[in-house]
Amino acid sequence: MANLKRIFSDLAVFRRQYLRNRIGLFFALIFPVIIIVLFGAIFSGGSSTVTVYYQNHDSGSLSTAYLSALNSTGALDLIPVNPSVNFSQYLLANSLSEGILIPTNFSESLESHIPVNVTVYTNPADTSSEGVLAVVSGVTNYFNLRAVGASPIVGVINQNVKSSSYKYIDFLVPGLIGFSILTSPMFSMVNIAAEYKKTKIFRQLSLTPLTKGEWLTSKIIWYIILTVASFVLMVLVGTELFAAQVQLSLWIVPFLLVGPLFFVALGMLVGTVTKSQESAGVIGNIITFPMMFLSGTFFPVSSMPGYLQNVAHVLPLYYIIDGLNSVMVYNNPGKALTDFVIVAVIAAIVFALAVRLFKWRDS
Amino acid sequence: MPGIDVSELRKYYGSLKAVDGISFSVRSGEIFSMLGPNGAGKTTTIEILEGLRRQDSGSVAVLDLDPWKQGYELHRKIGVIPQGFSFFDKSTPREAIKYYGDLFDVKIDPDEILREVILEDAANTRFENLSGGQKQKTGLALALVNNPELLFLDEPTTGLDPQARRAVWEVIRNLKKAGRTVLLTTHYLEEAEQLADRVAIMNKGHIIATGSPLEIITTYSPSERLKVTAERALYDYVKQHTDLNAEYDDATKSLVIQLRSKSDAISAFETIAKSNLEWSDLSTERDSLEDIFIKLVGVRLDEGEPVPNEAVQAPAS
Repeated sequence: MANLKRIFSDLAVFRRQYLRNRIGLFFALIFPVIIIVLFGAIFSGGSSTVTVYYQNHDSGSLSTAYLSALNSTGALDLIPVNPSVNFSQYLLANSLSEGILIPTNFSESLESHIPVNVTVYTNPADTSSEGVLAVVSGVTNYFNLRAVGASPIVGVINQNVKSSSYKYIDFLVPGLIGFSILTSPMFSMVNIAAEYKKTKIFRQLSLTPLTKGEWLTSKIIWYIILTVASFVLMVLVGTELFAAQVQLSLWIVPFLLVGPLFFVALGMLVGTVTKSQESAGVIGNIITFPMMFLSGTFFPVSSMPGYLQNVAHVLPLYYIIDGLNSVMVYNNPGKALTDFVIVAVIAAIVFALAVRLFKWRDS
Repeated sequence: MPGIDVSELRKYYGSLKAVDGISFSVRSGEIFSMLGPNGAGKTTTIEILEGLRRQDSGSVAVLDLDPWKQGYELHRKIGVIPQGFSFFDKSTPREAIKYYGDLFDVKIDPDEILREVILEDAANTRFENLSGGQKQKTGLALALVNNPELLFLDEPTTGLDPQARRAVWEVIRNLKKAGRTVLLTTHYLEEAEQLADRVAIMNKGHIIATGSPLEIITTYSPSERLKVTAERALYDYVKQHTDLNAEYDDATKSLVIQLRSKSDAISAFETIAKSNLEWSDLSTERDSLEDIFIKLVGVRLDEGEPVPNEAVQAPAS
């Protein structure tokens, strides 16, 4: 019979052990905050316009109209370069990735319908180059149509799936909650299982009325507490600092419970079946690292190439983060239910295995 | 009152016969010491008695319980310090005692236990900062939380400096005064001589002698020796006039006479007196437990033992 007094007494000792050893606390609570601040600043901070240098050799009015059309897209921040300098050398000398060169006879050619080329300098290594090329092509098409007196037939109306559009930070909040759910129990449980075996603390505990089920339960409770703390921190930092839009609902709770349970059991299992503390650490990392990067923690899985998405679908953390996304970003608890069932089944299997294989004493 | 009963106990690890058919019993209220070199089978035996290992054959009863099958019940009645006791490094002895009190669901006064093991000074020092002796005392304190009738102490002073060892001995003597039964393994002969009511000498999985230290000595070294400092002439005189078993040691200039009986003693005194030769420093001596141990086991007990290294021990706070 599980005994609550023993569970909470063990929890108190473990909590003290954890809090007095500040490294664990840093990785559980502070580290994810650093990541969200960093990634949030990199990917959602600043304007989305690209700075582009241009050199206009044309003196007619149409090149001015062309440039103001480019400017009116709002996607480019245009900066003129003196026509007397060599443009490509100027770009190179100033480490500039994008440039637009308008030839001398631009207005004249356009009026008399003689083909003329606008040169767009791009850098394949720069992700914004493609955008610049697309904007310039679009504006050029419009000018072509106008030159022949035609008007567009097929138009494009842009509408977002949600009332307001999703931002990267919206996915980063549930992703990093998943990161916390994975890393804090995995890294420490693998180590604890191996270390307590080596220092014979398990054997010492086996001589008390504490059962291994009670011991494991107190660890699960502790990591649920840490997960909830990390959840609150992530949501606060995400919404307050980066205006992340996340839905808070009770549907989040099952994931905050089953996630830590699963990874405590998995960490225990790894520490139990391996022979030494070193091999436990290696196996633990082999399991943890792919999950840490490929389950949608830092980037949404949908933004990854197809074969990596297939890999993600076999990683349990994917279903936790997908479930959290469904609730917190898409507000679609129905989809989260499927994710939850998958995680719960895997967790139940791993938990049963861990309890079965984890031994207090040798035979 | 039942203590421990062991009969024909065996435990093999592959071809290694760790424990090979030993029988002994421990009476309630005594300190019983298993003495033997490393690898003698002491720890395997004690772990079987604690219910941490299962024997291959033989019967074991500890407080009338089967340790393997009734371990959970047994563990409430015994206290254990395993070899090289270790605990959560960030917890203090006081916190550890409180934790054990909760686990055993007993009302305890941590200060009383700390006093019993003479650890009041380090009550609030984290385990990682305790000295080797204080760590062992923490183990003793935890072993006492459930007020056990019987305590298993597996090499409680191994690796401790002499001062810390004596401090632990004092605690163990107090346990006996409080009426507790103690089974103690050690490979320090002095420890067994100092503490134990009865000793079992173990070697290579067998018990080769049991009894109180004095019983073992009288069994394996039945006669006392009379030792007299004198010139060799006295030896010649004794040899000439008696059939006493005498030897002369030139190095110490001493005559040694084996006293096989009381009449040997009287005869020796009379002969020495009659000789009218000079003599001094008359004494009797007998084999020590260590001499007997070397005779029985063939090696000194502490052979191959690492010397306790005080440099690696944390300073006492």
